[in-house]
Amino acid sequence: MAIKILKPGLSTTVQDLGRPGYYHLGIPLSGAMDRFALSCANLLVGNEEGAAALECTFMGPELEFTADATVAVTGAELPAKLNGTLQPGWTSFGVKKGDVLAFDFLKKGARAYVAVSGGVAVPLVLGSRSTYTLGALGGHQGRKLEAGDVLPVGEARGAKAGRAVAEDCRRGPSQQAELRAIPGLYWHRVTEPSGRHFFEDSWKVAPEADRIGYRFRGGRPLDFVPRTPPFGAGSDPSNIVDACYPYGSIQVPGGSEPIVLHRDAVSGGGYMMVGTVISADMDLIGQLQPHTATRFVEVDMPAALAARHDRENLLNKVRAALG
Amino acid sequence: MKTRYSFGGDEHIFAEIDETMSLQAFFKSLSMTSAVRESRIAGVTEICPANASFQIKFDPDKISPADMLAELTRLESAADKSASVIKTRIIEIPVLYNDPWTHETLMRFRERHQDPTATDLEYAARVNNLGTVDNFVKAHSGAPWFVSMVGFVAGLPFLYQMVERQRQIEAPKYLRPRTDTPKLTVGHGGCFGCIYSVRGAGGYQMFGITPMPIYDPSQSISYLRDAMCLFNPGDIVKWKPITREAYDQAVADVEAGKFAPLMRDVTFSLDEFQQDIDGYNRKLDGVLHGH
Repeated sequence: MAIKILKPGLSTTVQDLGRPGYYHLGIPLSGAMDRFALSCANLLVGNEEGAAALECTFMGPELEFTADATVAVTGAELPAKLNGTLQPGWTSFGVKKGDVLAFDFLKKGARAYVAVSGGVAVPLVLGSRSTYTLGALGGHQGRKLEAGDVLPVGEARGAKAGRAVAEDCRRGPSQQAELRAIPGLYWHRVTEPSGRHFFEDSWKVAPEADRIGYRFRGGRPLDFVPRTPPFGAGSDPSNIVDACYPYGSIQVPGGSEPIVLHRDAVSGGGYMMVGTVISADMDLIGQLQPHTATRFVEVDMPAALAARHDRENLLNKVRAALG
Repeated sequence: MKTRYSFGGDEHIFAEIDETMSLQAFFKSLSMTSAVRESRIAGVTEICPANASFQIKFDPDKISPADMLAELTRLESAADKSASVIKTRIIEIPVLYNDPWTHETLMRFRERHQDPTATDLEYAARVNNLGTVDNFVKAHSGAPWFVSMVGFVAGLPFLYQMVERQRQIEAPKYLRPRTDTPKLTVGHGGCFGCIYSVRGAGGYQMFGITPMPIYDPSQSISYLRDAMCLFNPGDIVKWKPITREAYDQAVADVEAGKFAPLMRDVTFSLDEFQQDIDGYNRKLDGVLHGH
């Protein structure tokens, strides 16, 4: 069983739940930007939650199946059409040998996940099938898919068509995004009024938004507490001695445009960070389109952990219904 | 040095050993991260030493953030007492300084540089009061460097030269980052050297290029078959200036699978190093060349 890529879409990559354990060598986690949607897609087609699937960004690919299989599309509202017939999202459906899956224009969100029963079976690299394009690592030849690529698919195990994730369990993007963040890291470098403005201001997702990080524009620039530059840090007030960057950390080079690092994060560098987006909201970032209005909402650790548990409980409901 | 801890969201603890770069801060980062690795704390998923800081990623469902912080502060008092001695490697890296590829690239991005009329080497020689490019290359390759962090992108080493602070080479990054840097460029920004492991954007001054790959995702190069990234934090690097002929030969040897990097195990003592820096570096050179 295999999937033939007839058209690749804008940026379609093989992703699973990522490659932990190598960040100290600069190799990031990678994996689905929206991990919740990937898990749901896999559960729908009877796969392990962390099986590899296709992450399709902004524009869908065109795929041909070489054998019968079960498929599900979750995440962004990217309407799937099997041989021209519309298929519901967040719902498994059967495909026959020779069927072609294509997609209409994106209606909502940014990334759709296409899981196929058996999972995409590209080789494991450092324990994961995820694609890390910057390092030409993993996935299919370390790169986004191109027309003519053929992806092997694993052994299916008892997948059924017509299973759906309940409406109230689907996590999706809203018109106005709110990203909850814990201030910290180099928060003390910004003045008190600047810190306030950061959370008050409305930001917009900039066109420079990819798997490495999301850039935001439109809020007031940050003012820094004056200092004598520490040896090795560099002269700009936003410089630090190069350090490791947390996933979700919000760096503000020059104090002007915040960048939130995501699954393909650069692992470190010399820019101060004002805090970190909480783990429960990372999936949501992966569904933000450029120009989406966004606010950062200040939360503390107990609120972050509560949000993390809410997300896990929601996934548990899906597991219970589909498991 | 009083370590400053801060949570990076609900999954990371960031620890700044010192605001300022120093070998003491780097060694404390190394010994703290080794202690965390050895204590095998359940729930820890990433242990990342950096120049003067480190970061731990953990699963808060397995260990609460407060407990994770308590573990680190407990390990810190032990790390403070530990002797600054590490078992590591010294690796010779051949460099073709002033090579045609970085030269072509730096000319292409001249309007983004502090000094559009000079090359990066000429500029760095001038701002470090070294007079000529030859003197600069002597200073750059004369004393070894510590790999003080690996990251930014896969396998990229940050390097900190093993000399007194007044002899440290310092150079600002480009005014605006380039959109291109040749693979295996030897660069410098602030007080840190680096080797670009992959082609891509960059802001460091460009001094030369090495023929020796340091990252191989296909794991086909002989000395990168086991680990696709050559460097680990704590490795010691010594640059060896080479000619264009030697560079071409090394590239051919790498392609033929015949290239064997010069690499030796060594024990490094920070205290002994600091008592006689030049003498200690000469000893390291002796270890490298087997005498």
